[in-house]
Amino acid sequence: MPVVRLREPLKRLAGDRAEHALEGATVGELLAALERAHPAAGGWILDERGIMRRHINVFVNGEPGGQDTRIGADDRVDVLPAISGGGA
Amino acid sequence: MTELLVGTRKGLFVLEGEPGSAFEVTDRAFAGEPVEYALRDPRSGRVLASVTSPFYGPKLWYRDDPAGEWEQADGVAVPEHGEAALERIWVIATGETEGTLYAGGDPGVLFESRDGGASFELNRALWEHPTRVHWQPGAGGLCLHSIATWPGEPERLAVAISAAGVWLTDDGGATWRRGNEGLVARYVPDDTPADQVALCVHCLQRAPTRPERMFMQFHGGVYRSEDAGRTWTDIAAGLPSDFGFPLVVDPADADSAFVIPLVADLDRVTPDGRVRVYETRDAGASWTPRGDGLPREDAYLTVLRKAFARAGEGEALELYFGATSGAVYGSGDAGASWFDVATHLPPVLSVAAGERRGASAR
Repeated sequence: MPVVRLREPLKRLAGDRAEHALEGATVGELLAALERAHPAAGGWILDERGIMRRHINVFVNGEPGGQDTRIGADDRVDVLPAISGGGA
Repeated sequence: MTELLVGTRKGLFVLEGEPGSAFEVTDRAFAGEPVEYALRDPRSGRVLASVTSPFYGPKLWYRDDPAGEWEQADGVAVPEHGEAALERIWVIATGETEGTLYAGGDPGVLFESRDGGASFELNRALWEHPTRVHWQPGAGGLCLHSIATWPGEPERLAVAISAAGVWLTDDGGATWRRGNEGLVARYVPDDTPADQVALCVHCLQRAPTRPERMFMQFHGGVYRSEDAGRTWTDIAAGLPSDFGFPLVVDPADADSAFVIPLVADLDRVTPDGRVRVYETRDAGASWTPRGDGLPREDAYLTVLRKAFARAGEGEALELYFGATSGAVYGSGDAGASWFDVATHLPPVLSVAAGERRGASAR
């Protein structure tokens, strides 16, 4: 099962756990599953449309990915704030 | 002692002090994040803050204890799986019944809380209004930025949306009607059909002692209504410019209002390098500049729509405004004289003022 890895503050909202094994065939499906499993994190990664927030980056096995990136059973997805979001 | 809640591009600053000298920063929260607006509900003492994380989106937070943790309010979202997402909460306002609060934001949304701000519910009638498809955003988005309650009549409410104009309800938000007659939008051709004109209201305020009277700073125009927002009359004659963002009304005197003119929509700074607040004491028939103590030379400030606030009323009226320069100015004598409240904050997005309650956050 693929694993989603979180850092603060998302980790705290997701049961104070950094790693989450979740079902899903794409990054978007994994993130939706994460928000369903942890309602406190709802809306923090995906907006109401179900679209990944603009300044959130995901990396699949260390490589930049996107919401539609396909995920295999052994893949690892890191969710990180993007450097583009830290405006002056 | 007066408390200011100053929302800035880099967090919430709590300032405390007495009018006449610089205030002390007693707390900072949401460091590094844009705080659009913060309000202390004087009924409960609860502080609510609207924060737009550039990473994690807009959230509404509340805290009862200055030393406690902030909690996220529930329900501050638009319906899922639609075409829109909540972009920002621009304003929070107290309602007329115990525990009622409102929050307004982009995209033209109004939320209502009946539990003091712990949870909110979207106003569906405004969200599903059939004219919404024609609503156009202003430069700051489709922002619902002004919420004017009617003292003693909780069912009556006026809200303003940039650039979808004024909306009025007499049934607690079950139905809404426009309140825009008399507004002149100089930024569209004269022959544009009325229902297609984007009405860029910048700020809307009600005179509490005479609730049918309202004042408005428009995108080019300052207006007054004598019929609860149904029709509007231009009262900008005598101002150096009819462009600006915020407006404050003296709650004790329905004839008294204050604006901060900026040069024009293409040059949004204080005119002539001078900072002046303009006061009317006759409901807009005449305006008087008030700048004693404010910068008089080489001062080109921008004061945003939520960055002008008051505490007290009448002769004890205190006025406070912040600029995107990071400076905050105050007056303890209804604008007759001004002092520096703070000089080096991050760009100021909003100011809310009130009597200081309880222990310091430090």
